[in-house]
Amino acid sequence: MLESAEPQLAGAASGPLSGTEVVAAEKSHKKRIGIIAWIAIGWLALLVLLAIFAPLLPIKDPINGYDYLHIKSGLFTPGHILGTDDSGNDVLSRAIWGAQASLLIGVGSVVFGTLIGGFLGLVAGFKGGTTDTVISAFFNIFLAFPQLVLALTLVSVLSPAASNSAGWGHRVAIVILAVGIVSIPILGRITRANALAWSQREFVMAARAQGASDWRVMLREVLPNVVPAMLSIALLSVAVVIVLEGALAIFGLSIPAPSPSWGNMIESQISNPNSAPTVWMVPSVLILTSVLALNYLGDVVRSKFDVRESAI
Amino acid sequence: MSRRKRAPAPGSERFSDAPLDGSLLEINDVKTQFKTPRGLVHAVDGVSFTLERGKTIGIVGESGCGKSVLSRSIMGLLPSNVVRHGSIKFEGHEIGNVASNEMRHYWGTQMSMVFQDPMTSLNPVMRIGNQIMESLRFHFDVTKEYAEETALALLQSVGIPEAERRLREYPHQLSGGMRQRVMIAIALACGPKILFADEPTTALDVTVQAQILDLLQEQQRERFMAMVLVTHDLGVVAGRTDDIAVMYAGRVVERAPTRSLFEHTRHPYTEALLKSIPKLSMPSHSKLDAIAGRPPDLVKPPLGCKFAARCPYAQPKCLSEEPPLVDPDIPGHAYRCFFPVGSAAGNDALTRNLAAGETATGLPVRREGDAVLTGVTA
Repeated sequence: MLESAEPQLAGAASGPLSGTEVVAAEKSHKKRIGIIAWIAIGWLALLVLLAIFAPLLPIKDPINGYDYLHIKSGLFTPGHILGTDDSGNDVLSRAIWGAQASLLIGVGSVVFGTLIGGFLGLVAGFKGGTTDTVISAFFNIFLAFPQLVLALTLVSVLSPAASNSAGWGHRVAIVILAVGIVSIPILGRITRANALAWSQREFVMAARAQGASDWRVMLREVLPNVVPAMLSIALLSVAVVIVLEGALAIFGLSIPAPSPSWGNMIESQISNPNSAPTVWMVPSVLILTSVLALNYLGDVVRSKFDVRESAI
Repeated sequence: MSRRKRAPAPGSERFSDAPLDGSLLEINDVKTQFKTPRGLVHAVDGVSFTLERGKTIGIVGESGCGKSVLSRSIMGLLPSNVVRHGSIKFEGHEIGNVASNEMRHYWGTQMSMVFQDPMTSLNPVMRIGNQIMESLRFHFDVTKEYAEETALALLQSVGIPEAERRLREYPHQLSGGMRQRVMIAIALACGPKILFADEPTTALDVTVQAQILDLLQEQQRERFMAMVLVTHDLGVVAGRTDDIAVMYAGRVVERAPTRSLFEHTRHPYTEALLKSIPKLSMPSHSKLDAIAGRPPDLVKPPLGCKFAARCPYAQPKCLSEEPPLVDPDIPGHAYRCFFPVGSAAGNDALTRNLAAGETATGLPVRREGDAVLTGVTA
């Protein structure tokens, strides 16, 4: 790998005894993540906090907060900064409560996909042979379906017959499970490719030569090296999943109205986008900005770990 | 996982009751073959030797002659596309047929290995200290504090300054020589009885090579540990080993006590290796004697002597018949050659070839001053 440049540099900076210089040089070399990354982190943190503390915030009831005096009002209506929808519910309030469902689904399904896909990918990449063939075939079969079609099918299969009667939590769980299953092969393949590369490194052989068991080598030697790649893909996947939830909502298969999610807020206006434009614009902008922020952070995570490998 | 106690494989107990005067490692007719699409690669082809406690054997040969594969074959650290035959006895127990999940009980505690490239044999995301403590903790079930103390002592004993601070550092913060010291500390952590050093200095700066070799030798003496030193450099093993086995095309072509090998070199390949080392007494810019040609294809090794195609002594007999590994003139000094260097038969063969201008394989040879040049026509 690119590490070959390292010994000369490290060797030049330090004779056997002057290790402190190396450390000092490294600190100044540490790549800053930059102002945009901090803005992205801040924005996501704000969204998460708003979603968590929605019940405590001084905002209107998102479902039964009918304000018949202001129906379909636009931006900056007194008392409704972001306007209202056709029942007079406050858009800001619905967007914040909707963040709960959307972020929960986004994070939950990616965590689910990362755990299962990551585990399968790690085993496949590390063990190789038949294990790898079987697991990779499983990934490929799942990848062969278009994501949206697969998610739609899974939601319908997993939903109880009277799907609209299921509670909010139940519904969120179903969507998390469906979208999570869709994300398994994506995360799994990335993990497998990385685990495969790292498993062939000499330190893995060195650990075995010290008598470490396969599981120990896999979890202690290979996994920590694979995590950065997994993390960066997982962040990108959260963005994809938020969009996928919106797509499911358009088919009426996400959180059922009147409970808000970003997806179903957009869906509710799809037949008549001009009547209350803020209702679909606000969640669209929220999806756009969070997806951008997550994508950017995914890249930052990746490049941050790349640096360690190559250009010290 | 590691906490699950299995019944240890026979002979893998820390303090076995094997007699201390018996030989520690006895390998007999070991053959290692790789299954490839082209056919079986005979990487190691019938190697035998014995190693006693506290002794060192050097395994020498050029790239691709099977020396690394041999040391990995003995440890059982081979990929799955490999077939291994022959007997490997460790403290009198046959370990040649032990499954690799049983061999784990030997690895680290009984035998362990220092790898060639310290740049890639340390885990980049784990602190040095943890990497040393790792095997201590899963082999001996010791407390964290005890493991930490041991790791510190090990780091100090391999000559790493400010060992306490280094324990908390990552591999990329250390230079190549330092990392190889850490690798040695890791390999020594569980007190192995044999240390395999697989070209331990090849990837290092020449200025630290001697330091690392001295360290290995010092540790080997202090711990009364046997060592198998694999290298392509005869200069590395000279004066550091008790015995040397010179390998060519997967076979041992000469095996002798170190002093005897250098003083009474018998095999033309060993002679050629010695001649290819630059000497301080040579004027600068003098040409080194390279060995013409390349090692034979290990999928279809030649019929007779494997070295014949590159050997200035080669006679027709060498092409049809493979010489056996025997010690006819000096006891303990075995070699595989019909026309050994320094013998009457050898001198005759060389004179005949020089007169003809080529060997039995058609390799051009000529004399230039004191040197015999092969592979170059005038």
